[in-house]
Amino acid sequence: MARFVLTNITKFVLLMLGVSLVTFVLVSISPVDPVQANVGQAAYASMGEEKRAQLAAYWGADTPLFERYFNWLGAALSGDLGMSLRYNAPVAQVIAERALNSLALMAVAWVVSGALGFLLGIFAGAYRGTVFDRVVKGYCYLLASTPVFWLGLLLLIVFSVQLGWFPLGLSVPIGVASSNVTFVDALHHLALPALTLSVTGVANIALHTREKTIDVMSSPYVRFARSRGLSTLRILREHGLRNLIMPAITLQFASIAEIFGGSVLVEEVFSYPGLGQAAVTAGLGGDAALLAGIAIFSAMLVFGGNLIANILYGVVDPRIAKREVTSDEL
Amino acid sequence: MTMARSKCEPHGNAQPGVKPTTESTQSMQDPQALHDQPRSRHGHAHAEPHGHAQHLHGEFHHHHSHAHTSKHPGFHHLLTVEGLNVAFRMYDPQAPFFRAKQREVEVIHDLSISVHEGEIVAIVGASGSGKTLLADSIMGLFEPNARVSGVIHFNGERVGADALRQLRGNGISLVPQSVRYLDPLMKIGRQVEGVGRSDRDQAASRLAKREQLFAHYGLGPEVADQYPFELSGGMARRVLLCCALMDEPKLIIADEPTPGLDLELAIKAMDDFRAFADEGGGVLLITHDIELALRVADRVAVFKDGTVVEETDVASFASPDSLNDPFSRELWYALRFEDMPQTQAPVEDRTEGATTAPAASLPSREEG
Amino acid sequence: MSFDERALKPSVAPASVSVTERAADLLHLPRRKRLSNRKLTLGSFLVAALLLAAIVVIGRMVLPEATATDFTMKNLAPSLAHPFGTDWMGRDMFLRTLSGLSTSILVGLFAAGASSIIALVLGAFAALGGKRADAVVTWLIDLMMGIPHIVLLILISYACGKGFWGVTIGVALTHWANLARVVRAEVLQCKESTFVAVARKLGVSRLRIATRHMLPYVLPQFLVGLILLFPHAILHEAAITFLGFGLSPEQPAIGIILSESMRYLSSGMWWLAVCPGVALILMVLLFDLAGSSLRKLVDPQSAQE
Repeated sequence: MARFVLTNITKFVLLMLGVSLVTFVLVSISPVDPVQANVGQAAYASMGEEKRAQLAAYWGADTPLFERYFNWLGAALSGDLGMSLRYNAPVAQVIAERALNSLALMAVAWVVSGALGFLLGIFAGAYRGTVFDRVVKGYCYLLASTPVFWLGLLLLIVFSVQLGWFPLGLSVPIGVASSNVTFVDALHHLALPALTLSVTGVANIALHTREKTIDVMSSPYVRFARSRGLSTLRILREHGLRNLIMPAITLQFASIAEIFGGSVLVEEVFSYPGLGQAAVTAGLGGDAALLAGIAIFSAMLVFGGNLIANILYGVVDPRIAKREVTSDEL
Repeated sequence: MTMARSKCEPHGNAQPGVKPTTESTQSMQDPQALHDQPRSRHGHAHAEPHGHAQHLHGEFHHHHSHAHTSKHPGFHHLLTVEGLNVAFRMYDPQAPFFRAKQREVEVIHDLSISVHEGEIVAIVGASGSGKTLLADSIMGLFEPNARVSGVIHFNGERVGADALRQLRGNGISLVPQSVRYLDPLMKIGRQVEGVGRSDRDQAASRLAKREQLFAHYGLGPEVADQYPFELSGGMARRVLLCCALMDEPKLIIADEPTPGLDLELAIKAMDDFRAFADEGGGVLLITHDIELALRVADRVAVFKDGTVVEETDVASFASPDSLNDPFSRELWYALRFEDMPQTQAPVEDRTEGATTAPAASLPSREEG
Repeated sequence: MSFDERALKPSVAPASVSVTERAADLLHLPRRKRLSNRKLTLGSFLVAALLLAAIVVIGRMVLPEATATDFTMKNLAPSLAHPFGTDWMGRDMFLRTLSGLSTSILVGLFAAGASSIIALVLGAFAALGGKRADAVVTWLIDLMMGIPHIVLLILISYACGKGFWGVTIGVALTHWANLARVVRAEVLQCKESTFVAVARKLGVSRLRIATRHMLPYVLPQFLVGLILLFPHAILHEAAITFLGFGLSPEQPAIGIILSESMRYLSSGMWWLAVCPGVALILMVLLFDLAGSSLRKLVDPQSAQE
């Protein structure tokens, strides 16, 4: 167990170093000069001398790249990710505010797409070759070829423009102070983006679970269960769920990167004020500090997902769990 | 033998419409029968009063044999399989790639075998030659792309695909080969208990039954809380047997139940099956191991090229003269490390066109 | 004794079923399956490839017409003359879409080509370069997978100053990881195969082994992986352009068309979004068809399907 923790901490540190370096180098070599690009901006104009100096130290071309990187890294480790020029606030604060919206959106999509995809996948796999299976498979292949932002546009046309059921954008009604936003309002604005993200997320998990189900259904132990008189449904309940749920949850945790990527596009389509929208704004507006901050936050999220997937795998599979225990005892 | 035969009545007569005789006129060595039997035997199977299968074969004078333990209570067999064919659709592997047509490949053709109460019948053939398909067919487990036909009787009843499905775990039980046939994520106890065919109110009685079986087969109570990967080979074998016995079967199909055991251990392991048979059950032992088959079985069916070429009493293996099929005789010589006498040329392998002389390639025992 | 060694092959009986079979004896029939035919598979691959080539050529050819504005014909709903309708500048949406798709394929061609070369080099390096090389490549893949694609694309595009090359380099740099894994696995498998071992024993040079034995072995899977990269590349190009990081508004691109359409959604001009999107999906499906039919032909595992 101690070894498991240690390996993962090392992995995390190495990966974060890599991610931060790549991110920093990428935003730094950009021909979009942040100082120049932001000269006309209110944030830059209202900045104190000290802040400007700090900005120059971060992004200024005078300082060598690696020195700038270590300056930035040192500050980042103490929690200071710099100032967002676009939002005129510390990057950490912008991320914290926006992350809540994004996490709500992603959590809903994560759960809905996971549950739906899992069920569709299991039944498609267990009843392979039937009409149901073919419909599920067709749906999944079609969705895998559908750009998520286009699907968002489609839902927007149907539900917001034509039917008028949902608002056209933003996570809260315009002109209402955030303290007055009711939970229902929030849900109302969350519904369409979450639906878009859920519908696309189904494809991956359903196809994967379908394959796994086919594997399980042709496994020796299912053959044996059949020979003992169990029906397909009973086999799914007795052996299917047990053997299929973990791969599905693992995959779902491991696909956080895709859900995050999807949320960037969906947030843009629905003007949903989350991290994704902020990342796009930062990228278009030359807000290097915010862009780097969001990139690192997303990488941490992805790493967290993968880590949970790994841990869950060990906890549930008795072969791994028992071996862990015995190796600890030794 | 006499006793067995008298119980075996009424043996089907070859000619339709002719009532079964009260005393079997067909004995193992009756040369007359050889000429009497028409090639097709299926025409009669349905007309029989007890759905009793015919003991007829065009090539062997007696379609199946009897050992002294074979019993025919109620004048019928426990299991008869007649004219079983299993074919698959696949691309012709020999044709050029783009011109290859899909065709049906018969893996089992015209196979017949029977099991009496109280006996172990061994079906012996090379691994991967389709013996497991036979087990699957008897349990009504069919591959989606398979075409399966044949006449199967169980306990005197003609059984179709639906009835075979009903018999799984409810008359016929499988003892599989290895621990791979257990769900790796389910505890042994629960797995052996199973859920039974009907309902959960049985749970308590199944638990009691499982504990009783574990006690009988020397499996400690702690085994119930273990997972399959923790079982030793010998434990796994007993656990798998317990799974089958939970459902109180009349017929056990044992598919290579002693993989990797050396002969003496394998024979000892077969004691449990012997005990089951002695209490009136029937065992169909599927194996690639002819030595094991000859030591533990009452009768042996030699499986080759997708069919049973000879089904005979183990005693017939005492001498090559009592074996009818050339391949069985080859086996006889192979077992004694002797060459076939020159007068009996080795048969040509139909598929390969190569001569198949077992003696020349007598392999060592290996894991199934 | 066992007679496994002679592993009797199933006798290939004539297609007609044994004479002893009677209808009443049937226990199970094969499920009716739409026959997958190898010639048909080859045909669908060729048709998909031809259609895609046609999109590129025609899309380039109609570029002048696609950008021609005609304010007397603006905001028209789809009709026979304008199957996809016209936009606020009176441009024909069908032609715009067509040239947008051809741009997409070209970006995809550059990006997928470059990406697959990266994958080939890194995959082979990981498989042949020893433990350390393997660890480095694995770490690179982890790093690649560690940041969401879209975020990485935004970063790279930002670093390159947006535009055609920004998105092409971005897509090329972000899509090699999966294919690199495939290549690595294939090369490893090949390395352990007997014929390579024999060749090595015989003193055949490493380069010769790589080009004569490994390349032909890895190539089919590699080509399939390359073609299946296209859909991802094209969808990501459209997405990043849609967000405003990719192609510039003057260039014909699906992402531009769709992001422009957002401004007109509330005025009910649905065709600006729906038609180009459907066309994009159809094109992606064509690539999928090409890739999967090629896989069926080269993959021994599905050869019996």
